[in-house]
Amino acid sequence: MKTRQYIITSLVALFSVVALAQQTPAPEQSGAITITGATAHVGNGEIIENAVIVMEDGKLTTVADGKVIKMAPKGTVIDAQGKHIYPGFIATNTTLGLVEVGAVRPSNDDDEIGDMIPHVRALIAYNAESKVVESMRPNGVLMAQTRPLGGRISGTSSVVQLDAWNWEDAAYRADDGVWLNWPSSMTRGRWWLGEEPGFKPNKNYVKDIDEVKNFMENATAYAKGNTDQNLAFEAMKGVVSGAQNLYVAANGEREIRDILNFKRDMNIKNLVLVGAYEAPKVAKELAAANISVILQRVQETPSISDHDYDYNYKFAIDLVNAGVTVALGYDGEYWQVRNLPFYAGQITGQGMSDEEALKLITINPAKILGIDKTTGTLESGKDATLFISDGNALDMRTNNVTRAFIQGRDVSLETHQTKLYKRYNTKAQNGQ
Amino acid sequence: MFIKKLSFLGLLLCSFTFYAQDYFPKNDGVRADKNSNYTVFKNATIHVSPSETIKKGTLVIQDGKVVSVGKSSNAPANAIVVDLAGKSIYPSFIDIYTDFGVEKPERPRGGGRGSQYDNTRDGFYWNDHIRPETEAITKFEYDSKKAKQFLEAGFGVVQTHHHDGIARGTGFLVALNQAGTDAHRILESRSAEHYSFDKSRLSRQSYPTSKMGATALLRQLHHDIDWYKKGNISTKDLAIEAIIKNEGLPKFFEGDGLYDALRIDKLGDQFNKDYVIVGGGDEYKRINEIKALNRSFVLPIKFPAAMDMTDPYAASYVALEDMKHWNQAPSNPKWMADNGINFALTTFSLKSPKDFKTNLIKAIERGLSKEKALAALTTIPAAMIGKSNEVGSLKAGSWANFMITSGDVFEKDTKLYEHWIQGSKTVLKDMTAVDIDGSYTFSLEGSSYDLEVKNSTDKASGTLKKGGEKVDSKFSYKDGWVTVSFAPSDNKYIRLSTSPDGNKLRGKAILANGTEQAVSAVRNVLAEGDSKKKDKKEDVSSPEVMPLTFPNQAFGFAAQPSQETILIKNATIWTNEADGILTNTDILLKEGKISAIGKDLNERGARVIDAQGKHVTPGIIDEHTHIGAFSINESGHNSTAEVRMADVVNPDDIDIYWNLAGGVTSAQLLHGSANPIGGQSAVLKMKWGAPVDEMVLKDKKFIKFALGENVKQSNWQSFSRFPQTRMGVEQVFVDYFQRAKEYKARKNSGRPYRMDEEMETIVEILDGKRYISCHSYVQSEINMLMKVADRMGFKVNTFTHILEGYKVANKMKEHGVGGSTFSDWWAYKYEVNDAIPYNAAIMHDAGVVVAINSDDAEMSRRLNQEAAKIVKYGGVSEEDALKMVTLNPAKLLHMDDRTGSLKVGKDADVVVWSHHPLSVKARAEQTIIEGTVYFDKDRDTQLRAKVQEEKSKLTSMLLSEGSGGAGKGGKKPPTWKDKQRMHCDTIETQE
Repeated sequence: MKTRQYIITSLVALFSVVALAQQTPAPEQSGAITITGATAHVGNGEIIENAVIVMEDGKLTTVADGKVIKMAPKGTVIDAQGKHIYPGFIATNTTLGLVEVGAVRPSNDDDEIGDMIPHVRALIAYNAESKVVESMRPNGVLMAQTRPLGGRISGTSSVVQLDAWNWEDAAYRADDGVWLNWPSSMTRGRWWLGEEPGFKPNKNYVKDIDEVKNFMENATAYAKGNTDQNLAFEAMKGVVSGAQNLYVAANGEREIRDILNFKRDMNIKNLVLVGAYEAPKVAKELAAANISVILQRVQETPSISDHDYDYNYKFAIDLVNAGVTVALGYDGEYWQVRNLPFYAGQITGQGMSDEEALKLITINPAKILGIDKTTGTLESGKDATLFISDGNALDMRTNNVTRAFIQGRDVSLETHQTKLYKRYNTKAQNGQ
Repeated sequence: MFIKKLSFLGLLLCSFTFYAQDYFPKNDGVRADKNSNYTVFKNATIHVSPSETIKKGTLVIQDGKVVSVGKSSNAPANAIVVDLAGKSIYPSFIDIYTDFGVEKPERPRGGGRGSQYDNTRDGFYWNDHIRPETEAITKFEYDSKKAKQFLEAGFGVVQTHHHDGIARGTGFLVALNQAGTDAHRILESRSAEHYSFDKSRLSRQSYPTSKMGATALLRQLHHDIDWYKKGNISTKDLAIEAIIKNEGLPKFFEGDGLYDALRIDKLGDQFNKDYVIVGGGDEYKRINEIKALNRSFVLPIKFPAAMDMTDPYAASYVALEDMKHWNQAPSNPKWMADNGINFALTTFSLKSPKDFKTNLIKAIERGLSKEKALAALTTIPAAMIGKSNEVGSLKAGSWANFMITSGDVFEKDTKLYEHWIQGSKTVLKDMTAVDIDGSYTFSLEGSSYDLEVKNSTDKASGTLKKGGEKVDSKFSYKDGWVTVSFAPSDNKYIRLSTSPDGNKLRGKAILANGTEQAVSAVRNVLAEGDSKKKDKKEDVSSPEVMPLTFPNQAFGFAAQPSQETILIKNATIWTNEADGILTNTDILLKEGKISAIGKDLNERGARVIDAQGKHVTPGIIDEHTHIGAFSINESGHNSTAEVRMADVVNPDDIDIYWNLAGGVTSAQLLHGSANPIGGQSAVLKMKWGAPVDEMVLKDKKFIKFALGENVKQSNWQSFSRFPQTRMGVEQVFVDYFQRAKEYKARKNSGRPYRMDEEMETIVEILDGKRYISCHSYVQSEINMLMKVADRMGFKVNTFTHILEGYKVANKMKEHGVGGSTFSDWWAYKYEVNDAIPYNAAIMHDAGVVVAINSDDAEMSRRLNQEAAKIVKYGGVSEEDALKMVTLNPAKLLHMDDRTGSLKVGKDADVVVWSHHPLSVKARAEQTIIEGTVYFDKDRDTQLRAKVQEEKSKLTSMLLSEGSGGAGKGGKKPPTWKDKQRMHCDTIETQE
């Protein structure tokens, strides 16, 4: 009850100071802000106790140990004694902003028809005013990759920051990569035709891969110069040149090994494996081939009943130990993405250190998305995208975000949900 | 050649056709067809019955029946004598469960949009899938091709029926008399009545969509029969009348395995029906439970094909459960026999009766005794249909149904020569064929040739050689003639036609130019070239049969774990009682109960768990789960209060083990939300490996109700079922409760009443004996149901999901209803737009008993984390938050008298956690139910190793089985059972 009142008070305080309602993006940072006294979780594995963090013009200008560096605080001071500061968490493989209410078709913009449609772009459908998007911020998820679903090549994703007026404002890295759903070596039996349900070997697997290779070869040839425009091949130019990632979704060991060959044979510079359920079996090869991985859901039951009950809880560990760059993904989900911190937390329950797990939702996704020069850690010169939590933000027991900043902007933590909470809590308090 | 053979056989058959129907007029001759001669078979080893064998015996038959059988019989003068020295006679097998000659109907094409809810047949039962009036005999067309397959497999008599529908009507008994007519063959035109859980292909009526619905339908059917019999139904119901007429017939109930068998048994017990259960071949997995049913079975002898494991990637998907089933299934008949379970064997579910012998021999290799096998094919099925005096043995007076074999009928190489049915012979292999195996040398056109003949009494083959080199040639040995054709030079063919004469082949050769030449060649015995091959085969030792585990799959226990006395020391104990959280405290579990909580406890003989630095809480209770079920929704009606989740509990669901690994000890297995009034819940304790009856708490009576989008069928294409709006939902409740009240009044009035399981269930709600857990989202509908409850005089026990409960928390408090909600789910459909994670906190503050539930197999094993979110969202205290997944759901499930808190005398349902139980880092280390450790982290480590070990062993066995990959050696491609994740709105698709 005590905590409760505190929350309400702090919410009220927040609004009176910031005066920003839900959906209203925060204005550009106007003056310097200094946060003192907190434990800073840098995101690269380091911790700074009693940190001094200075944000100016949207950038971090000082991140230092308060005991070592003596300096006068600049601008507004936020005393965060006993609290924790984290770089904004970065969610990968989501459909945030593309879906508002799953079951309501008019609100779904995540899956276009067509088999090979890299030219379809998630960014332009991204709804910056989504009630789902705003619900990310209070848990510390401040940036996300949003991607189209479906088909063999679903389209092109973008990286957005989660406090914007429109998709142009939101874009952090537009069109970061193209999404390929790798063919599956197992196929579902068509039970309605009398076949056994469940999976059996896919007879068309090799043929399906050939189609992908053929498309990739054509895209590569096209990139060398072509007078007749082809929208699909045009959209692959970045993948061919290495300027964009090719995200390849696959879970089985066989598929992953075939993808390793595909990368080599097609000379694809930046290939990211997505899903990667059986990747621990291929961890060394993935590391050697410099393939990063975006994992499927951590909090999920095993795909196979014979697997360890905690298979998904721990599969990141083997990959990290083998030297693979791992980020935690969301399998194209949207509303649940706010629980991203707890995916990382779940892994700490399996023995990974808190700071190592933190990398999986900060610097590692930043590296994979190609934005690590400007964000992903609390380091001087990078964006002032961070938040303050009462305790360990990877644990739902202690994740309690009181302030959040995106590129120095003091963003609202109010949402459709906190608004309803306030309204109905007041009603209840009044005995109604 | 083929035609010749046919007519030859036909001649044989006809010569034994003695039948004539005396009272039929005859215009194609005069009555000279009476034949009262005897046929005598002597010097045979005669298996009169499974327990009686006569060596060098004599069998005498006349007019289709056995006259006598014995050591020596004096052959009557007018007898044809057949000497069977060295051969054996067996009674024909009986296949008690076939679809012989009765075609399964085709499903009608098309059907259009939406489901069909009403029945289509006037004058019959209200459900189209009840078709007991079907008389299969009226659909009978004798299939002589199929009959031949049966005869070759050893079967002479089959029972058959129309395999369609839940109540399927009567079947009949046919002798596979290839020479006779139906007038002779049909031994009994109505020999048994048949049931199954499968719907008819002749109707698209929706109900039942699930097995629990089919089970409930059969219960109601029997109540209705009773009501009809008492004369309380004024209209005609031809279906019910048929069942009444068939009451005296033996009853066969087809299931698809172990769990259907348990279901069928319960139905049989309730309505006093002596069902013979048609099994699925997996009964061995819980053989003790099957034995306890004390029922007879018909067992298919279909064994799973070996999976092709050559591709290691694809093979890695094959589940241990499936590999074990491949390994163990052939032992099913032996284990059934060892446990004294009465069973007949059937070819049912095999692609062709041809596969029968191979599988039967496999079962015998696993230890099924030959005597038992023979009984399961003769006397037992005969007894099941009360025909022991007519078929199944060679006792005097029985039908003369028997086969003549070269020896033991259960040996692979034994030949089946002749099959006699009703005294009429079908020749399957010519037992008079002359053995001409050997090498024959002859010269033609100046060249010398060697003809090597092998296997001449079975499938003869011949190889022609010239100077030791093989020559392309065509060879045949049939009906006593050896023919060979070949071309020594291009297109210049030479043909040989010879027949055996003593130790020679004699005949002629026709040369390419048409000239003929006499040929005579002496037989030289071939060296035993085959012997090596044979030796190799005999070397194959019988495979290792994997031990059964509980349950029989990955992470099953070698033995069912038992209750222990356990002393947990030095723990932080969350009591959920006035004592709050006790640090550095001990807790003693004894005889399944919490026996003491305190400092420095001691107990002689107790297993001590040192919980220094660890936390102990009551077991987690999930108010809303759908794991451990074969089906979730019966969506065929808008009220299905009559269906029971307890009928479809799947105790082998790995999710149960995974739940234990998340500290879950109890859960309410709820019906889905496809209809406003759903089915009855099963409240379970997660006793992995135990029988369903030990998991289900029978005294906990709950029912699922549902509101909103799912019951309106908003999110799938269905527009024909009422209700389609929230307005209609209210009316469904008003209507059903009104009817229930009237039903109750009638029942209490002492006047006769129609037993209605649906109404009985709703009356239980009115009487406060059954509690409602109502799936609900938006405030209007929550409010509505409470108002309907007030009006109709019942209480809502729990609103489950209840995502807008926070908007009407005061009204809920007033009604006294609990709220069981998600911590933070929202946005997945329109009605959860206003769902907020603060919901639990607001309801809690308003004084509502709040639980956090899962409705999801993954979330249920992390409910402690979901409780932690309630501290985060809304600032509930940690102790109160933990209660939301322990004590509060116990209260909502009316089981807080025995679980939900740590108090002396309550059930020892306890979890030891590695960390603070609300922390994301917390792992359940031991999960204990009633003093039995069902999950232990160390044992889990051992079980993981065991899974790997067993899979490796079985993979090797599979690789060494037969040869080649998929399709070769009968192997099937590796498959991976897609585990269906079930939620409220999972609609089972059943044929």
